[in-house]
Amino acid sequence: MMTFDEPAAERLLSVEDLSVEFSSSSGRVHAVNRITFELAPHETLGIVGESGCGKSVTSLAIMGLLPKPAGRIAGGQVIFDGTNLLTLKPDEMRDLRGRDLAMVFQDPMTSLNPVITIEEQLVEVIRAHDSKVTKAAAHQRALDLLELVGIPNPKERLRGYAHQLSGGMRQRVMIAIALALNPKLIIADEPTTALDVTIQAQILELIQRVANESGAAVMLITHDLGVVAGMTQRIQVMYAGRIVETATTRELFAHPRHPYTVGLLRSIPRLDLGDDRALIPIDGLPPDMTRERAGCPFAPRCAWATERCLVEDPELVSVTAGQRTVSSGPGATHRVACWNPATDDEAAQGVPASGHVSAITAATDARVAAAAAILADLP
Amino acid sequence: MLKYIVRRLLLLIPILFGLSLFIIVFVHALPGDPCSSILGEHTSPDRLAACRHGLGLDKPLYQQYFDYMNGLIHGNFGISATNRVSVLDSFVARFPATVELSLAAMLVAIGIGVPLGVAAAKRQGSVFDNFATVASLIGISIPIFFLGLLLAYVFGVWLHWLPTLGRVNHRLYDFTGAGTNFLLWESLVINRNIPEFLDVVSHLILPAIALGTIPLAVVARITRSAVLEVLNEDYVRTARAKGLTNRRIDSRHVLRNAMLPIATIIGLQTGLLLGGAVLTETIFSWGGVGSWLFQAAVDKDFVVIQSGTLILATLFVLVNLTVDISYAYLNPRIRYS
Repeated sequence: MMTFDEPAAERLLSVEDLSVEFSSSSGRVHAVNRITFELAPHETLGIVGESGCGKSVTSLAIMGLLPKPAGRIAGGQVIFDGTNLLTLKPDEMRDLRGRDLAMVFQDPMTSLNPVITIEEQLVEVIRAHDSKVTKAAAHQRALDLLELVGIPNPKERLRGYAHQLSGGMRQRVMIAIALALNPKLIIADEPTTALDVTIQAQILELIQRVANESGAAVMLITHDLGVVAGMTQRIQVMYAGRIVETATTRELFAHPRHPYTVGLLRSIPRLDLGDDRALIPIDGLPPDMTRERAGCPFAPRCAWATERCLVEDPELVSVTAGQRTVSSGPGATHRVACWNPATDDEAAQGVPASGHVSAITAATDARVAAAAAILADLP
Repeated sequence: MLKYIVRRLLLLIPILFGLSLFIIVFVHALPGDPCSSILGEHTSPDRLAACRHGLGLDKPLYQQYFDYMNGLIHGNFGISATNRVSVLDSFVARFPATVELSLAAMLVAIGIGVPLGVAAAKRQGSVFDNFATVASLIGISIPIFFLGLLLAYVFGVWLHWLPTLGRVNHRLYDFTGAGTNFLLWESLVINRNIPEFLDVVSHLILPAIALGTIPLAVVARITRSAVLEVLNEDYVRTARAKGLTNRRIDSRHVLRNAMLPIATIIGLQTGLLLGGAVLTETIFSWGGVGSWLFQAAVDKDFVVIQSGTLILATLFVLVNLTVDISYAYLNPRIRYS
């Protein structure tokens, strides 16, 4: 178990040992495996990883929105503002959603109801949590919210429908809906993925601004490290349903330790460096999550892999041993789940120092050599 | 919107024109004519020829068509060859019975079919869902005459719970007064006679169930698949994330969107029912349009078949126009111009 030096009051959200499983026709999928992390009030945390790594499932599990009956929380706790969300009654959880916990989804084109007005979609969230709010007050609040998220002609827009808005405008409406009751935590799941590149920056800036103004904490989920670079205080890298590295944003970009993080960083186009290094993709595919496997889940794709990586699963441990372990807030320490983390030099090169032979390569070489020997023996 | 409605109504002209041409060729292609039905098999060729001449059946077909259409344009729907009554008068006298029966049947279909479909979709794969699937399959496949007779036998003859013949007990209540022939309306609103109204309703129940069973099954199937599709939509997840109550999510988000395909099927089914239900009307002695047109077909009463079909086709188009207009209300993405 990990130790936390910070007082409990400083934590808005603490996820402990959370596991989520899905039952599918091809077996049980271990979508999230015993992840533990915290979020301080007003903090902005980035969760990064490629498709299928469990980022969205984690957020849906926190919101209590896992698809039923396929999705199931297999263990752990989600403590939000002092209460364990997983033990709440459905109605208590429902009341928390939209009020204290809000979510902005990936695709604004399909996340708004096409047949009811924008006004009704805003007003219903306000009135769902407080039936005493008058219609006039809710209408005024809806108008203010649209103004806040920078939608021109808000009065007219309220009477309109989603199809009359562009993707960027729809995402602004989604953000307005999320903000309606001043939530303590906004989970933004790939909020800019479906948008034009030119709009992405505007939406990110908007999320950052409204979170600052309202004091909400933000969990920003994305597959794009470039998106989180500018606006998060801390980043958590997920792979195969685990957290493989976590650090402050500055630290993570400057000193990535996990080979997967190194790979992610090397696959972002960088205009600022001025050189024309080729982007280096990460070879291979994420593992089949229906199978329980020994060892580090990234090992089969990892150039740094050692013999140990193939048999023993690494825990998330502090990189700078001996230092106090702070996992939340701006003072969070750097932690990584890796037996053979990259050094700064290796991270800069994107490959292990010369001399290291990946256990995968070695194993493959051994198999090739054995095959060659068998072939040579054949008459 | 008004432009759209006018355009749709103008479209009726070529539809009716084409249909009239089709029907007149079709009915004349059938063996026999009204005269052989009126005079019977054992009649002299002279009398037959005289009868044909009297009805204008000895003229060439294009001439008959021209005469008929000429009358139609002047608002003359023709006169029945068999009973010499104006086709329009017969239709007006019988249509209210069909309207009441059709609406009652659709009330059964929608009132049971929609909730059944929603419940099945929300419990997809459950015992209830499978039960509903089997039940609607039976509903679609059961022959209507069998169901009608079964209902009449069980609830009328055997249990004596409900009447099985006619629209009202004429020994107790006489509707010769107002003459609209909308018996529900007359008994409740004009006569303000509650026992009379209940008598009319009790006569309506069995035929409405018999006629409504197929639309019920169809509506339930369509509702189930529409709801299942909507339940997987992102905006339903958004609605959950907003912390809305399940009731509100179901009514405002799920059903509101699922209503689009359901409305289409309801419109089509209503249009079909208004064409009259021959079997149901025959079993329950319901003096509606269906049994009237059926009799006209048996008698080869050309004018009745032609005019009756054209009137029903017009009504069918109007019902579908109403559905399309309601679509604009249900789906703001559709704007007619």
